[in-house]
Amino acid sequence: MQTSTHLEISRRDLLISSAATVAVTGVAGGAIAQSAGNDMVQTSKVSFIVNGDIHNMKLDNRTTLLDALREHLHLTGTKKGCDHGQCGACTVIVDGRRLNACLTLAIMQEGRRVTTIEGLGKPGDLHPMQAAFIKHDGFQCGYCTPGQICSSVAVLEEIGANIPSHVTADLTSPVALTAAEVRERMSGNICRCGAYSNIIDAISDVGGMKA
Amino acid sequence: MNIIEDAKQAVQGLVQGAMAKAVALAPDSWMPGGEPDPLIRHQHGHVGKPLSRIDGPRKVTGSATFSAEFPVDGMVYAAVVFATIAKGRLVEIDTRSAEASPGVISVMTHRNAPKLNPPPVFMSSSKAAGGDNLPIMQDDRIHWNGQPIAVVLAESQEFADHAASLICATYEADVTLTNFAVAIAKGTEPSLFMGQPLHNEIGDAEKALKEAPVAVDATYRTPRHNHNAIELHAVTVAWTGDTLRIHDASQLVAHTAWSVAQMFGMDEKQVVVTSPFVGGGFGGKCLWQHQVLAAAAAKIVGRPVRLVLSREGVYRVVGGRTLTEQRVALGADKHGKFKALIHTGVIAKTPSNILPEPFIMPARSAYASETMLLDVQAVELDMLANTFMRAPGEAVGTFALESAIDELADALGIDPIELRLRNEPEKEPTSGLPFSSRHVVEAWKMGAERFGWDQRSVKPGLVRDGEWLVGLGCATATYPYYRMPGGAARITLTRLGQATVDIAAHEMGMGTATVQTQVVAERLGLSLEAITFNYGDSTLPGVVLAGGSQQTASIGASVIAAHRALVKELIKIAGNDSPLAGLKPDEVASRDAGLCKADDPSRFETYASILERAHRDEIRVEASPPDPLETMHWSMHSHGAMFCEVRVNAVTGEPRVSRFLGSFDCGRILNSKTAASQFRGGIIMGLGLALMEETQFDERYGRIMNPSLSEYHVPVHMDVPDIDVIWTDIPDPHTPMGAHGVGEIGITGTAAAVANAIYNATGKRMRDLPITLDKLL
Amino acid sequence: MIPFSYSRATDANGAIEQVAGNHTKYLGGGTNLVDLMRENIERPTALVDVTGLSNEITETPDGGLIIGAAVRNTALASHPIVRARYPVLCRAILAGASAQIRNMATVGGNILQRTRCSYFYDAAGSNCNKRTLGEGCDAIGGFARYHAILGASPSCIATHPSDMCVALAALDAVVLVDGIHGERRLALNDLHRLPGDRPDVDTVLEPDELITAVELPQFSLASRSTYRKVRDRSSYAFALVSVAAILNVKDGLIADARIGLGGVAHKPWRARKAEAILRGGPATIAQFEAAAGAELADAQPLQDNVFKVELARRTIVAVLEDLRDTQ
Repeated sequence: MQTSTHLEISRRDLLISSAATVAVTGVAGGAIAQSAGNDMVQTSKVSFIVNGDIHNMKLDNRTTLLDALREHLHLTGTKKGCDHGQCGACTVIVDGRRLNACLTLAIMQEGRRVTTIEGLGKPGDLHPMQAAFIKHDGFQCGYCTPGQICSSVAVLEEIGANIPSHVTADLTSPVALTAAEVRERMSGNICRCGAYSNIIDAISDVGGMKA
Repeated sequence: MNIIEDAKQAVQGLVQGAMAKAVALAPDSWMPGGEPDPLIRHQHGHVGKPLSRIDGPRKVTGSATFSAEFPVDGMVYAAVVFATIAKGRLVEIDTRSAEASPGVISVMTHRNAPKLNPPPVFMSSSKAAGGDNLPIMQDDRIHWNGQPIAVVLAESQEFADHAASLICATYEADVTLTNFAVAIAKGTEPSLFMGQPLHNEIGDAEKALKEAPVAVDATYRTPRHNHNAIELHAVTVAWTGDTLRIHDASQLVAHTAWSVAQMFGMDEKQVVVTSPFVGGGFGGKCLWQHQVLAAAAAKIVGRPVRLVLSREGVYRVVGGRTLTEQRVALGADKHGKFKALIHTGVIAKTPSNILPEPFIMPARSAYASETMLLDVQAVELDMLANTFMRAPGEAVGTFALESAIDELADALGIDPIELRLRNEPEKEPTSGLPFSSRHVVEAWKMGAERFGWDQRSVKPGLVRDGEWLVGLGCATATYPYYRMPGGAARITLTRLGQATVDIAAHEMGMGTATVQTQVVAERLGLSLEAITFNYGDSTLPGVVLAGGSQQTASIGASVIAAHRALVKELIKIAGNDSPLAGLKPDEVASRDAGLCKADDPSRFETYASILERAHRDEIRVEASPPDPLETMHWSMHSHGAMFCEVRVNAVTGEPRVSRFLGSFDCGRILNSKTAASQFRGGIIMGLGLALMEETQFDERYGRIMNPSLSEYHVPVHMDVPDIDVIWTDIPDPHTPMGAHGVGEIGITGTAAAVANAIYNATGKRMRDLPITLDKLL
Repeated sequence: MIPFSYSRATDANGAIEQVAGNHTKYLGGGTNLVDLMRENIERPTALVDVTGLSNEITETPDGGLIIGAAVRNTALASHPIVRARYPVLCRAILAGASAQIRNMATVGGNILQRTRCSYFYDAAGSNCNKRTLGEGCDAIGGFARYHAILGASPSCIATHPSDMCVALAALDAVVLVDGIHGERRLALNDLHRLPGDRPDVDTVLEPDELITAVELPQFSLASRSTYRKVRDRSSYAFALVSVAAILNVKDGLIADARIGLGGVAHKPWRARKAEAILRGGPATIAQFEAAAGAELADAQPLQDNVFKVELARRTIVAVLEDLRDTQ
């Protein structure tokens, strides 16, 4: 094995040459602002269904589905944990598929059906998965929980629909409900309090998995 | 810290030192906890039951309201701009484009920010909450790469974020010190923690080490870490007249209210901090610049402000755990008796904060050794202030200490559990204090049996399952029992037999309201339904920190004090016509919604009856517990025995944990369901600490380069196997309810258990965290 | 995010017509583009939503597959023909990102995703030639664990993050492209560039050009193919090294071998040197090791990623061994 250092040397040269520089100018955004003409506010009309209700909205094109839900429809059950698709707290179900609401623009949802945690159940009228999360203590602080529950509901449907995963051993046989399948499929939902084991128990319970 | 602060701390330390001696020598009965809490005897009531969380229905339906979710009319959205140099001066900050950008109301920089006093830094006084003591947007100085330099205020988050990207800053850079090794070479300084030097010596440990027949001596390194609670730090703030209302995500509402008031030159009653739900804290949800910036900005624009830090923003503004370089040297005789225990090393902090990661804490009490040398040295870097993160000191200290014990066991040819048991101390070696409750031997025995420790191959590298090398490892977990001063609680008891407890405590996933409802119901002899537990509001009584695993103790002691006041008041108003007439508060117990004579339960009257006769609808009392002298009289700790099975891929080096058991000795468990969750949660964060977590601090620029949940790896579902947790459930006779906190101990010992299992699997010693696959290739 | 206009296209012509120049971008699932826009790294003033284009997967008469560019990653990985005949592709897709992201991401968007180099992402505080040509590369001498060991240049050491593309590279996929100047077909292996002195340019596509479909050739041996990804956590992490391999062994001799490597270069890396050594040789570990060694002989790692040379070597050998043993 050989280690080449020519790249590092060139970098070091660069550092030496710039070491004496005192003033550093930076634009926070990384690039110089473009012409003022681009700063016009661009909005669009969009309508989609959330938890059975049609919403007609005029939104800034930049508004994500997540911000539309939280800031415009005041459905704050869907959480913002990273705004980059890296934590899963914003998981909602759109036309039957779970996705990260922070990575999709609201204007892309025209005509779609969105289900959020508020659409699954309410206190006193819980979805079986919500009840199982309480029973198995599948959460602590409760912040990632709506995303975990939306994902959990979708995971059982995805396994039922024979969608394979990274841990599916035989791609051509029907997918089975196992702990490994559930763990892999839930890995897009981070829980920092560490309720993972209990979440698997809750999903297994609802999915009727043998212990 | 400057010299004056150091001196102040040292004096505090001296006074504490003298006090400590007196308290140590005083009789048990003078101490809080000298008489066991009567609740310890209640074996079949609410306490200990696996009650599901009472706020569960709100959390699972998304109706628990977090700090960024309080709707306020006329609210303005904020976006923060961060400095990109580590130290220097802001020569110019051009905000014109941002101000002209659509939807923008104002841009706040040091030029127009309201004048503020610097934050009172945490541990500098009893209610100080600041992460550091640097002025907030008051001048053109830059102290770290990531310091806020501007706040944009706009009608929407989209407007604010875009305008923030248009702000152009020009800096004049100073010479910086951002390299740990360079700083160490320049010289280190001794460090203080809670006013006491982080230094202990018993005999001549270096000499004893040299003379010991068997010895190990190695250096262990742990990197920076970030808390990464999934809830972003966020505040919604509003000024109403002279009152500042802060909806915060906070582990210390009362501290925050007082500290913010100091900064704005207000009375602390004029600042109201509420925080009913906190989306994870782990030491990170304290007072940093964002709350103050939002309050200052709200003043400028005359409207309520919501400031939600981006994930990157959290890394730039909220400190994390600092890095450590630790030496552990152990010398033993042939039978494994420790002749020398040396645990020393260096950490990095900043000139503007107090916390030197106290990694020697475990070594102070875990083992008996003829000689000991413990020491933490510090260097100061130009970086964001480091802070508390789950088990500060213990999390990384146990990694080094417990790895070294495994190394010594290997050198001696003694089973690592047996080696630990042979060095079990009779009293705390460094202080000479007796233990209040120590059953770690039971925890080891229970754990070893349940885990199947006898299945372990003594020789490393022998067990293989296909591509995977399999190994078992273990380590001691330990975390102190703390109870901080300042607690207070209010109890309101109504004629209908309903009780409300008010205390400025916090819920960030521990199950505070649930567990305290169980405890209060049991203490008052009421049903769970009869209890209302109010918390998360700085206007409630008490200065309670949700940290140091001490909140349960703090609430418990406060409620004991308030309950005592309540009983006293009830006996007083019960008068001479009551079956309780003539009894002293100490002779009285609660049962079945009333009071009775403790040793004669038939002498009984209900609360309803007492209040009715006294023509009272309700009775309200508030009280504070005595100062926590018990922690200076006994050595008080939680303990655990951690067991790990690990698999290391022989081809790729990938390390994966396949089984884990935590066997705990943490006093009495108050709720077996939520406690198990906290144990598991701590262990999972410990797995992250062991295998993947690292805040990448680019020492060239002093800049954190992985400020995201994609590049900073925390464990995901697939990384976490079944985790078994068991406990002794032996009450500590000297603590409220006999309980210890359980929030932090899970992360201690875990990394060492993993590293020791990896050694057993592969024969490779891992002394640098995180243990990534490249180290195992 | 700078303000932008938004429109939807239902076919390729409609999409291309709406392209007004360099500041217009085609929008697929948005999982990468929306994120880069939020970071002010991508700054289009107009977006053309192309998720309404073909999301069909059709068999060609000669037994290959045509995959519409708007097919979501999950749909592709779930397709019965992909599962049966192209397990390398199925497994590569399933090794990437999270289920949520795979549900959103399109085939076209996956191919065109940009590097996850943390210095590239740090628009405010770091220098990056890929973001601003001539600025310098802070990744060199910085944290470079996820960076290239093959084909890098002094101006850029970024890696291409896609898993799917590594399989497509091994499968000799063809990318169907349409633009103002008409349609063209490009080998996937020719689509992505090495950085050279223009790391700001990721692919050979013109700004107006739109990926409309991906064509997979018929592959009798594709059924003996697999994908192995090595990463720092068990799931939801980018590859340190990944290997897509297709192996056909007849009578102990290697009839054909195709290998793609991920996590090692600015583009999905086709290991042609290794393939040349394998083809016609014995299917032995020694031969696999010789092939892997030949491919990695040119590796130029940095201090942070020197381990990837050995990791890639071992992973290639293990994958080939595994495929040989399941023949």
